[in-house]
Amino acid sequence: MTHDPLTATTFAARAREQLAKPFLRVAVPRATDHAANDLRARFADHDYEGLRARGADIRSATIADLETHLNRLVAAFAANGVHVHMAADAAQARAHIRRICREAGARRVVKVKSMATEEIELNPALIADGLTVTETDLGEYVVQLDNDRPSHIIAPIIHKTREEVRQSLSRVAGRELPDDASELTGFARETLRDAFMDADVGISGANFGVAESGTVVLVTNEGNGRMSTSLPRVHISLMGIERVLPRLDDLAVMLPLLTGAGTGQLITTYVTMISGPRGANDPDGPEQMHVVLLDNGRRALLGTEYQDVLHCIRCGACQNVCPVYRQVGGHAYGWVYGGPIGAVLTPLFRGQQDGGELPQASSLCGACDDICPVKIPLHDLLLRLRRQRVDEGAAPFTERLVASVWAWVWSSAWRYRVVSRIASRLMQISWMRRVLVRRGPLAGWAHGRSVPMPARRPFHARRAHD
Amino acid sequence: MSLSESVTLFATCIGDLVTPETVEDVERALQICGCNPTPATGTTCCGQPAFNAGFHRQARAVARVTARALAATRGPIVVPAGSCAAMMYRHWPELFSGDRDEQLVRAVARRVVEFTAVLADHCDELRAANLHLSRRVGYHDSCHMLRELGLSAEPRAVLGCIDGLELVALSSAERCCGFGGTFAVRYPEVSVAMADSKLDDVVAEGIDMLVSADAGCIMQLGSRAARAYAGLRVVHIATVLREAGLT
Repeated sequence: MTHDPLTATTFAARAREQLAKPFLRVAVPRATDHAANDLRARFADHDYEGLRARGADIRSATIADLETHLNRLVAAFAANGVHVHMAADAAQARAHIRRICREAGARRVVKVKSMATEEIELNPALIADGLTVTETDLGEYVVQLDNDRPSHIIAPIIHKTREEVRQSLSRVAGRELPDDASELTGFARETLRDAFMDADVGISGANFGVAESGTVVLVTNEGNGRMSTSLPRVHISLMGIERVLPRLDDLAVMLPLLTGAGTGQLITTYVTMISGPRGANDPDGPEQMHVVLLDNGRRALLGTEYQDVLHCIRCGACQNVCPVYRQVGGHAYGWVYGGPIGAVLTPLFRGQQDGGELPQASSLCGACDDICPVKIPLHDLLLRLRRQRVDEGAAPFTERLVASVWAWVWSSAWRYRVVSRIASRLMQISWMRRVLVRRGPLAGWAHGRSVPMPARRPFHARRAHD
Repeated sequence: MSLSESVTLFATCIGDLVTPETVEDVERALQICGCNPTPATGTTCCGQPAFNAGFHRQARAVARVTARALAATRGPIVVPAGSCAAMMYRHWPELFSGDRDEQLVRAVARRVVEFTAVLADHCDELRAANLHLSRRVGYHDSCHMLRELGLSAEPRAVLGCIDGLELVALSSAERCCGFGGTFAVRYPEVSVAMADSKLDDVVAEGIDMLVSADAGCIMQLGSRAARAYAGLRVVHIATVLREAGLT
């Protein structure tokens, strides 16, 4: 791993860095509110809650019997002439994709936006093999130009201003492009058109894989998904094993849930369904199609108290409503997935050692539970991860000490009264208060906030004397 | 709840130690509504800070004392803090699952009612008290009160009993204040930024009194307002009732 912010710094440090960017705290809420408002407006005449209930049922039933559905998916892909490759981890997935590219004699690769390819850090591996890799989603293209990371599951450059995007694209153009959204996208479209035409291999993720028909489903708004999967000679789809759906009919529920929760759209501009390579009588399409099924920690969650997280369809809605994410953005989370889903997935995929801090980075408000289109109990999952960290002894010593001392005092009404009385007296002494506030346990609270004073006479004392 | 019913009042630890005046306001409001509150004795805390931080053993040790003390009382247990009420009502049974006190805790948890949910059933008595306060106020939903107990209309109905009071609908009413227990101390900068995003909205509405029914949120928003939002008060709903003339 080249540079790993997750282990190099803490959430607190990364969050401070993000909070120092005034644009972020304006842009992220604005963009995410926009999606939420569109969802309310466009789905007003639809039974969204009913759809949600059905979606939750479909996902939970599918994951409960994941191996059966995966076997069907693999068989259906094979029947359609799709080569299927199993990847137990990121290294295996990268190895499969590199080998396919090598065997195809590929020199140029185009990519469709995919969090799974971010998860396995595919691009650096392909570039090391001498391949030219071009991200074709406009946001991901800018991320690539800037050597940045996506900061939102579906809106990768939510953290960038239009001016920053203009500067990045101007560098490619070799001239100053005007500050105009349609001119900027126009320039990107022209540049990317050449990449599509010249590419040997197109790599996509998969929003869903339908077991019944052996179909990879992609939703995009820019059409780049269709270009990348139909123009190059070879199409590779990297799909998390949990993205399987049993039936085509399930898409009638899952697609509007994904696009509604994600962008507030009833349907995206493009829905691409790919069920195999070019047939004998087809005028176009790739000669080969490969699907790499990625485990990378997913199977290990089956049968555990974290199984429900596999229901996730990566819509990003929990990020949009998360009050922490709205302040600090996705980069503060340090890995691929940000917001509540990232705070759950990161310790599960990367381990408590690396990711154990992230579940703490939540105020446990539960807004994510309310919005999740497939009703993943993110709040409970965060609580379970916190408990697991403590049970495994992974919590820092001072934290354990504070919890134990607090519990010892607070678990006796007598000790509680005596200690709180002493604390109250100490806080009345001004120099003592300053010490407690500056160096003691109240130092964190005192940041930008007044410190509440304990009452001289607590409620229990008042009633005792009445 | 019948008019003459006796209830037990659990002050909560913040109410007991930091804001006893608020608990007295709560007591007064319950009396006006004919609920005859008796303060619980021998209680400490619901254990939420430790529970949310993952320290279940420590949370149980603290919650046990409170649960046992409350088991000796009678009638509904009124809790004037939404998130403590949610902890007791929703999480206690899970925390004590398989424990020797499980049945006792479950019986206590079933008796827990949030303060404004009690008052909302007594709007007639509140109106009869001729409450009046000429003010524009905003209401901040406590996350756990809203999402775990489903209480949103109740506190607003209580505020609706005050003549002259204008309740301004805040677009950010349901967004977290940034308290989150240990979160507020662990990530002070993020916590304060969250409070600001809420308080900016309140100030933009021209409101100088923000009302809530959760001690944690009030402490968070009030402490931030005291430092950075001069003139903005953050108060418990029971205090608003007192200032509206509930005596």
